[in-house]
Formats: sequence, structure tokens, C-alpha cells
Amino acid sequence: MSEYIEIDPNEDHGHHHKETFITKYIFSQDHKMIAKQYLITGVLFMGVIGILMSLLMRLQIAWPEEPNIIFEFFLGKWAPDGVMDADIYLALVTMHGTIMVFFVLTAGLSGTFSNLLIPLQLGARDMASGFLNMVSFWLFFLSTVIMVASIFVEAGPAAAGWTIYPPLSAVELAQGGSGLGMTLWLVSMAIFIASSLLGSLNYIVTVINLRTKGMTLTRMPLTIWAFFVTAIIGVISFPVLLSAALLLIMDRSFGTSFFLSDIFIQGEVLHYQGGSPVLFEHLFWFLGHPEVYIVLLPALGIASEVIATNSRKPIFGYKAMILSILAIAFLSTIVWGHHMFISGMNPFLGSVFTFTTLLIAIPSAVKAFNYITTLWKGNIQFNPAMLFSIGFVSTFITGGLTGIILGDSALDINLHDTYFVVAHFHLVMGISALYGLFSGVYHWFPMLFNRMLNKNLGYVHFWVTAICAYGVFFPMHFIGMAGLPRRYYTNSNFPLFDDLADTNKIITGFAIVGGLIQIVFLYNFIHSMFYGKKSPQNPWKSNTLEWTASMKHIHGNWKGKIPEVFRWPYDYSKPGYKEDFVPQIKPMKKDEIEY
Amino acid sequence: MSTFFTILILFFVVTAIWQIVKIYDLTQVSTVAKDSSQIANDKDNKVNGYLMLGFLIFIYVITIICFIRYGDFPLMSNSASVHGSKIDDLMMVSMVLIFFVQTVTQFFLYYFAYKYKGQKGRKAFFYSDNHKLEFLWTIIPAIVLTVLITYGLLTWSDIMNVDQDEDPIVIELYAQQFNWKARYSGEDNALGKANVRLIDIDRANILGLDEFDPNAQDDIITTELHLPVGKPVLFKMRSQDVLHSAYMPHFRAQMNCVPGMITQFGFTPSVTTAEMRETPEMIEKILNINNIRAEKSKELQEKGEEVLDPYEFDYLLLCNKICGKSHYNMQMKIVVETQEEFDKWINQQTKFKNSLIAQK
Repeated sequence: MSEYIEIDPNEDHGHHHKETFITKYIFSQDHKMIAKQYLITGVLFMGVIGILMSLLMRLQIAWPEEPNIIFEFFLGKWAPDGVMDADIYLALVTMHGTIMVFFVLTAGLSGTFSNLLIPLQLGARDMASGFLNMVSFWLFFLSTVIMVASIFVEAGPAAAGWTIYPPLSAVELAQGGSGLGMTLWLVSMAIFIASSLLGSLNYIVTVINLRTKGMTLTRMPLTIWAFFVTAIIGVISFPVLLSAALLLIMDRSFGTSFFLSDIFIQGEVLHYQGGSPVLFEHLFWFLGHPEVYIVLLPALGIASEVIATNSRKPIFGYKAMILSILAIAFLSTIVWGHHMFISGMNPFLGSVFTFTTLLIAIPSAVKAFNYITTLWKGNIQFNPAMLFSIGFVSTFITGGLTGIILGDSALDINLHDTYFVVAHFHLVMGISALYGLFSGVYHWFPMLFNRMLNKNLGYVHFWVTAICAYGVFFPMHFIGMAGLPRRYYTNSNFPLFDDLADTNKIITGFAIVGGLIQIVFLYNFIHSMFYGKKSPQNPWKSNTLEWTASMKHIHGNWKGKIPEVFRWPYDYSKPGYKEDFVPQIKPMKKDEIEY
Repeated sequence: MSTFFTILILFFVVTAIWQIVKIYDLTQVSTVAKDSSQIANDKDNKVNGYLMLGFLIFIYVITIICFIRYGDFPLMSNSASVHGSKIDDLMMVSMVLIFFVQTVTQFFLYYFAYKYKGQKGRKAFFYSDNHKLEFLWTIIPAIVLTVLITYGLLTWSDIMNVDQDEDPIVIELYAQQFNWKARYSGEDNALGKANVRLIDIDRANILGLDEFDPNAQDDIITTELHLPVGKPVLFKMRSQDVLHSAYMPHFRAQMNCVPGMITQFGFTPSVTTAEMRETPEMIEKILNINNIRAEKSKELQEKGEEVLDPYEFDYLLLCNKICGKSHYNMQMKIVVETQEEFDKWINQQTKFKNSLIAQK
């Protein structure tokens, strides 16, 4: 299990173990292989399913009455004669949300890049526990299998929204999807949380213990800071969701009343008494809100690294960036109530949550301004990763600003659960985090597969995606401001909203193009994995440690000794050096000042 | 057959992309033979730099188009309740602020990206920190947000604290999958006790009222919500099955209905339905909607289906919390009218004690 214990970490411990196919590619304990496993399961596989579901929803919203051959193809019995069933629409809403938030943007994003970069950028041979890391991935894989299987159950998958508020999710009489589909959803999430906790603990321990000589906390790349803080938030908040899921399982299967009370449904009174759905909302959002930052912080970290490298400039305000990550992380755990202003909780609590929520704008603004200043007077290399990082900053600003409106309890009364909210969170966490993810894939693809991605396909991918992302979500704000509620199967029962139908068609048009263009990325990814140009060592002329490691994957990362670190990772274009980058392994000159 | 075609089309799309890439690669070889490093060169930097500028313009254009097309903001003007205009003012202030910040920051982001696009041989300016700047852009957002938070909180507590001295009419909003009921408290202005366990469908006690509670006797249960203009109303929300949300967008009002719990929201309607139909904004909006409906009707007629009725404006109560299959069609009409009209209407309704079916 742990080959490292008996080996001096500074010694090259023979990077050519005899490995069988199974230990190398399947039950691997090597962090680089696990990163690839996460990338392929979490991002490529689940991502395709999640995006496909969103396209089906958009088609339904744009052309609600017309039978569609595509529905019949994908939904089968749920779309008799091509007309989508109302229950399956809600199931699509639910599964799209669950898959994108948890599987693609939590496990896919953190799982891939924390695993790949934490040991490599810190100068460690592997994660603190390779075995736990392997268990973490396989638990994740199990939860993926269960979640995907739940899509195919007889009465339909979970359909209570990704927030699965009881009683809708708890009472089978309320909705077909609240039967076996919901049970599988809860089981899958419980396993997912176990996987996430094992992963996070491993990341935290590795960052604290396995930094190489000279790698002080204030010399860590911002990526590592972001992954580190993300893992801490995960460890604090995910157990609360686990408890909520377990209590909900008890309510559903063992007759307890934690979240249920006084229910009369389909002609019968249920026995539940004394519980409160609002309690579930508190427990759910105690994870649910930090979850937004679990998704976003790794993307912020990746963008910091990519922007600095490609601007050929140090990231502006390194310490302010760290402080703002810490501030965002702290605040993120005390703002969950802004999802519940009109849930029936005490209005005074609403005031408190408005206050804490709007405070997050301050560290976020600091980050945005620092990114912009980093570009100023740079020598910007527009590699595809850089485009996605700039796009990230752009959507982070656009989406973040509307948060100022939604975080204001008085304004939320009227915009709660309208398309304004959908537009807001898709921009600020969905698209932003996806951009962060893409940026990371383009930047570290050489590290992952020792080959280069095709840059021209990358440019096409970015520009079409960027235009479509704004085309979809910008007009959506205005639909929301016209009062259109989200999660409606069709709006045709409300003539009041008839004048929004055209806009919905335009949005769907952008969504289809934006969705299909991801095929270009998939093609580029798979093609380059096998036939891409071989990568040189350090293609982006980056300072961080991972580019000093062997590009060909070997167990233990570095041939020979682990490198020692002498400086922070952002010495780009430093005066006094001929090259415009100074790797961290380069010793300081006499009387040279560190940043 | 359709499945086959779909797969075929997908196959062709993928092949087409593959071929395009192949052709592109081949042309690259003949023109710039040496650079196939897949790392951005000066040409890429130049092209993408200009595209950055183009994208900035795209963002501005899409913003302007959206404002022109949807600039009437139905939720920011024409509120039909007293507190509504306060929310609208706050919304306006916030919108102006965020659009200012959006325009300026996006400009700097994309303009810098364009201006400092990379060139071979140029060196970036080593500039790693400036405490004054950091301080500046921490303190300015802090000040602006302090103002905004204070303004927002004052508005919020103003709305949520219902003044009992004003003697509001108490009305219960009762939610069930998938419709709404309203219960008026009658002359005593006190709602009778109720619990879902007392529901007796056979006796038409559909809301589970306590038959022996004197307050319940004169309660009135309706399927339409009528409100007298200018009179404060206090809604008590109840749900019998799952979470629902009573959303009344024109009144800037919303509150969840939670099973096992009574929630509340109060407001004073300020514009009657008749008056609202006469406002120029509404006339324009309804005209537009009816044009759309007329066009759609024509299409339907050609197909031999039923045509759509022309639409007349009414206030609505919508369900705005996912509640099951027919969530998308859970609505109730709201009528705001003068006190006389309201009195006339309410007197025509049946009191609870008279609505019960006698036990056989």
C-alpha cells in the first residue's frame, strides 16, 4: 500500500516498479493516473450527459407544444410521440443540476487538478496516502454508476430539483421520481460525500506535510492555496449534507419526522408530525452555499496561475490574493441563509444573511481588480488556456455583480426562483468554473498526456463558447426580471409571458451551438491524447515545479532528488534576468529581493 | 429509422470536423512550415488580441440590445403595491451601480488584453504589488456596499414587519398540488383554527377547519383572490402537501408555503385591476402579446386546431417552488377592486358553516 514509508523521500526510489495493467491503469495509486481517471469519468463522461440534458430542456422550453424526434430518441417512453412528459422535464432539471454541480464541477474539477498539481507543484513524490486516494476515486466511480443507473429506473429518476427539498423528495405520493430514483440519488450522494471527504483530507495533509525544502506557505502557487482552502471548506461542510441525506433517508424509509409534518396528500393524512422542511433547507444550504466556492475556488486558482504565466508578469498582489481566498472561504460558511430569505424563517435572520452575503463582494472585487492589473503592461501570450482564463474573469464579474442584487433580501423577494437566478448562478459558478476547468485542461494537458492540444481548435472552441455563453445567459436575466419562474415545463399556460417566447427561442439557439461546439473540444482532447504533437519540457515557460518533473509519467515524479525551492512562483520578467521567467528552483542571486 | 439517421448525421458531423482539421493542418504545413509547436506565436497573439476587442464590443452590443428589447422591466416599474415602489427604487439604484461597474471593469479587462498582446522580444513590466492600490480597491467597494446594505436592510425590515395597528385584513393562502385556495377571515377578522388532520372530503371540509371553533364559522373559502384597493392585507400561508411558494410578481410579494407551519407576508395593493389595464405600459404590453397570439392562432387554424383567446390582463398568483408534475400550471387569479365591489363580491360567497355537507 504505502511504498513510501520505508523510502527516504529525497532518494529516487526506482521509478520502474513492475506494474500490471490493473495496478497501473485501474486500481492505480499514482496521483497522476488518478487525476486522469477523474478527468475522464467526471468531466468527459458526466459532462456530456449533463450538457445533453440541458439541451433537451432548452428545446422543450423553446418549442413546448411541438413533438420533437430528438425527445423520442433520447427519452423513449418518457416522450411518447415526441412530446416530453412533464415529470421527466423536472427529472432533467434535477439530474442536470446534480451532475454538473457535484460530478463535473466538484469531483471533476478538484479531483483532476488537486490530484495532478498538489504533489507536482509542491515537490512531493505522491499524495500523502496513495491508497486513500485510490479509494476516493473508486467511491466516486461507484457513486457515478449509481447516479447514472438511477436515470433508468422504472418510475423515473429523482425529480425534486437538485436541492431535493422535502416533502416533495420524501413522499412518494407527491411525485413518481421520489421513489426508487430518489433513494438511489441519496445513496449515490452519500457515497460521493465519503469520496469527497477522503480526497479532501488527503489534499490537506499533503499540503501541510509534503512540501519540498524551501516551499514555505507564502511560496506556494495560488493554485495550491485555492485547492487547499477548497479542501478545508469541503471537510467542514460536506458532512452536514451527509447528515441531511441520512436524516432524509430515515424520514423516507423508517418513518421518522425530521423534516415532515402535517401532510395530507392524495386523500390521506400521513403520520408525520413535528418536523420542519425549513430545517432541511438549513442543512442543505450549509453545504450548498460553500459548495459554490468549492466549485469556484479551484477555478480562481487555475486562472491565477494561467494569467500570470501567460501575461509573463507576476500575479498582482499575491498576498492580497491569498487573503481574499481565505476571506471568501470564511464568509462562504456564514451566508447560506440567502437562499432562504422567503422560506418562512425569521426576517431578522434574513437581515443578518444579507449583511454577510454582500460582504463577499469585497474580496471578490479585490480578486477581479488584481487579475485586471496583472494584465496591465504584460506581454500576453494568447494560448487557449489564457483565453479561457480571461473569459473566466469576465463571466466572474458579470455573474458576480448580479449577486449584489440577489443577495439583497428585499430584492430577492421578487427575483427568487426566477430565471434571473438561473442566469446569475450559471454565469458566476457554472460557466466560470467550466472556463477554469477548460483553462486547466489546456494548460496542463502536456503534463497529463505529454502531448500538446491543437491550439487552433482551442481558439475555435473558446470563441464560439464565449459568444454562446453570453448569448444564452445575458438575455436570461431580462426574462427573469419579467417575472418568469424557473423549472416550468412550459410557459404557455400564462399568456402574460407570451412575449418572452421569442427570446427563449434565441437562447435555445445559442445553447445548441454552444453545446455542440464542445464536440470540437472532445475531438481535440481524444485526438491529441493519441496523436498530438509531443510536448517539450515546460512548453509555457512556467516557473512552477511541475514543469521540472519528468514529462513522461514515472512513479515518484522526479528522477533523482526532489528539487529544492528558493523563490515564489511568480518571478516573470524580473529585472536582472535575461529570460522572462525564473523557475522556483533557481537560487536567489546575492542581494536579490524576493517579490 | 430516426435513430439511424441521427447516428448517421452525428457521424457525418464528426467526420466533417476531422476533415476540416486535416485540411487546415495540411495548409499550415505548406505556408508556415516550421511552427507547429501548438504554442501561441505573434500571429495568434495579434488575432486573438483583436478578437478580445471585438468581444468587448459584442458584450456592449448585447447589453444595449437587451436594454432596448426588454428595457420596460415589468418588475421594475408599475408596481401594484405600496411597498413595491420602494423595492423598485432599490432595484434601480443597484442596477445602475452594477451596470456602471460591469461596463468599466469589462472595458479594462478586454482592453488590456488587446493592448498588451504579446510580441516576441518584448518584456512585461515587473509589477508585483502596491499596497495603496490594494487598499483603494478594498475600501471603495466596502464603502459602496455599506451604503447598499444599509439601504437594503431598511427596505427589508420595512416590508417584513407588518404593522398590526393598521388593522390589516387577514387572508389565508392555502396551497395544494396543484391549486390555490384563499380563506377570508370574515367579519371577526380572525381565521378559525385548522389542521390537515381535520380535512373531511365527504363533508366538503377541504381545508381542515375546526368545525367547533367559533372563529371558523364565518370564514369564507374561495378559488379567486379579491382584494380591496388601499387596504393592508396580511396573508397567512399554509400548505397541505409539499413546499409551494406564493409568488405575486406585480405586488413584489413572495413567501413559501411550508407544510406544518404558517408563514406570512403583508402588503397593501395600490392599483386596481381596472386601473392597471389602463396604464400605457400595460396597454402596450397586452397589445404586443395579443399580436403574438393572433399570429399563433393563424398557424393553429391552418392546422385545424383551436385558436387562442385574446388575452386580457389580470394579476396572478403563481407557484414558484418546484412542487411536482403540474407545477407549471399552479395559478390563481387576483382581482384588486374598490371597497364597494369587494364588499359586494364577498357577500355573495358562502360562509364555512353553510358550506359543510351534513353528515348522513
